[in-house]
Amino acid sequence: MTTTSLRLRAGLVSIVLLAAFLGIWHLATRSAGPTTAMSPEYAKLMGLTATQGKSAMPGPLDVGAKLWEHLRRPFYDNGPNDKGLGIQLGYSIARVGMGYLLAVLVAIPLGFLIGMSPLLSKALDPFIQVLKPISPLAWMPLALYTIKDSSISAIFVIFICSIWPMLLNTVFGVASVRKEWINVARTLEVGTLRRAFTVILPAAAPTILTGMRISIGIAWLVIVAAEMLVGGTGIGYFVWNEWNNLSITNVIIAILLIGVVGMLLDQILARFTRMVTFPE
Amino acid sequence: MSIFDNPFDPDRSLRAGCACGQHQSAAEHEQATALRCDPVESEEKRYEGVVASAVMRAMFPQDLARRAFLKSVGASTALAALSQFFPLQTATEVFAQAGTPEKKDLKVGFIPITCATPIIMAAPLGFYSKHGLNVDVVKTAGWAVVRDKTINKEYDAAHMLAPMPLAISLGLGSNPVPFAVPAIENINGQGITLAMKHKDKRDPKDWKGMKFAIPFDYSMHNYLLRYYLAEHGIDPDTDVQLRSVPPPEMVANLRADNIDGFLAPDNICQRAIYDGVGFMHLLSKEIWDGHPCCSFAASREFITTAPNSFAALTRAIVDATAYASKAENRKQIAEAIAPANYINAPVTVLEQVLTGTYADGLGGVKTDAKRVDFDPFPWQSFAVWMLTQMKRWGQIKGDVDYKAVAEQVYLATDTRKLMTEMGLTPPTSAYKSFAVMGKTFDPAKPEDYVASFKIKKAS
Repeated sequence: MTTTSLRLRAGLVSIVLLAAFLGIWHLATRSAGPTTAMSPEYAKLMGLTATQGKSAMPGPLDVGAKLWEHLRRPFYDNGPNDKGLGIQLGYSIARVGMGYLLAVLVAIPLGFLIGMSPLLSKALDPFIQVLKPISPLAWMPLALYTIKDSSISAIFVIFICSIWPMLLNTVFGVASVRKEWINVARTLEVGTLRRAFTVILPAAAPTILTGMRISIGIAWLVIVAAEMLVGGTGIGYFVWNEWNNLSITNVIIAILLIGVVGMLLDQILARFTRMVTFPE
Repeated sequence: MSIFDNPFDPDRSLRAGCACGQHQSAAEHEQATALRCDPVESEEKRYEGVVASAVMRAMFPQDLARRAFLKSVGASTALAALSQFFPLQTATEVFAQAGTPEKKDLKVGFIPITCATPIIMAAPLGFYSKHGLNVDVVKTAGWAVVRDKTINKEYDAAHMLAPMPLAISLGLGSNPVPFAVPAIENINGQGITLAMKHKDKRDPKDWKGMKFAIPFDYSMHNYLLRYYLAEHGIDPDTDVQLRSVPPPEMVANLRADNIDGFLAPDNICQRAIYDGVGFMHLLSKEIWDGHPCCSFAASREFITTAPNSFAALTRAIVDATAYASKAENRKQIAEAIAPANYINAPVTVLEQVLTGTYADGLGGVKTDAKRVDFDPFPWQSFAVWMLTQMKRWGQIKGDVDYKAVAEQVYLATDTRKLMTEMGLTPPTSAYKSFAVMGKTFDPAKPEDYVASFKIKKAS
């Protein structure tokens, strides 16, 4: 069996699964027809759910139509509270980028230091272990209260949540560079700085990048929740705004897009990881 | 006599007593009509009238002398003669502009409910720009976020629940920061909505063990629901569960059967009906007709650093409120505030709330033109009532100087001055008595009022 035919078959199964899912979804959300008799005057004041027995859950056709509508004009701007999906995603990605970049700038040098010093590694471990499992949203009130600016708070929350996997992976990667390599470097009288960049960094790079890949996933998870809370702009705000209007159709579209963007971010990091991985 | 009387009318009665003849004195007449603030045909006309009458009065301080002059030449001639040597046009313009705002680009936060109608509609209908401001109205996720963003100065002013500025000033639930309320947003306009399964359980005495949602702890909704329940012998702290739930989640929770009902701001009540998950048990108007709900609030700091911006904002809000108080404008307003940029709700729902012709969720169509109404005047007696309820339910511990707090936060005097300048008729007093479920509240005796309730939180 060749790989191409395996791929083909996997693709076919994926399509069948998708079709089955959409079909069941469509059937499950069909409208039940007029429910109870109402005076026309009253019915005019009521929504479709009440009059037509329309399911509160939108069907795949509703979602598809709405998605097409959004994709046709992704960058409209109707004022501060209503912008196109493209703009909202842009805001979210920019926030994630800022927080994530800050986290990279802090976590990797710090991880290097900790990883190269067993003493620091042991001393800082309890703090890291306590701070690591804190939910991003638990930081939010504290951040809002101390920073007093909601957009910086959101970035801070991204920063604080995406820093730990990177830090831990860097520490682990640096600490577990093979002793022989370091000893060889030492025998050749390579300086500390040069040793760090030419021996340890390439050896630890795959582990560090794995940490970065986990972090970007977390950062993207956090941004949606943070924006729902802080509001203003971003895809999280879009979800909240449509939830306000009980427009489940738009919420589903947002969920879909969040998934797609998350996947893209992950793929980018995966590509970087492959670039620095080498066979031993 | 008041500045709103037409001094060009030679037939105006000079007797003591009021213009309509139904009241003992002019003061009593004003009291009776105080709740309404009908705007005059157009803004320019109104200012022109105010300026012209001031000039006319200055020239003929004696009522009788002015009258004789008017009788002999006629009102229009008099006005024409006046404008010959006094630049009425320029004076009116100068008057209407007031001071230039220190800060033109402002951010005002709001929660997407119909209570915020004046704040929201002032943007699409141009009330802010008319007063020389460039305002971004920013939708916000919840009351706590509005509070924090206003305290943090991300917002210059905001839509808040009427008790919130009192709570913030007193430091309840946040650091104490002096806040002020120049205008009430809306009166009435809330409702108790119950899940469809309770449609035969209309007597509150049967509500023991039920779960209700309210939008925020420091809200009129909380106090009104507690009041209503307590009047029916239900202790809101022990017999039922009250939960703070953000308004949009109320409908979803009602559908999911997590709560049995809520006292919520409108468009949420009507939305539950529109989606067929609940019915209107009672309009809040039936608990207390004319109760305040939401307010327009700003920090003292903003008011002192940018007094002209603040005055212009208040003028815009008062203007918008006056416009919204007219029934014939309500449909247009519903359409203006429905898009995703503002409330983000179906137009039908907003129309039902604002016009007062609504489906009650049980198959009937009801009409109540005063379901929601708009009146900007910040009665200090409203503030005193809210403080009595905070005290009653244990939110305030210890003694509280009701009058001092009310007067510090609710800016009745400043708003009265502003409304007068705008040619509106504000009430002359900042305190009025009113009845909540038939029980009269005397703002002069808040302590006795608190003591008079059987059900309250033991402190």
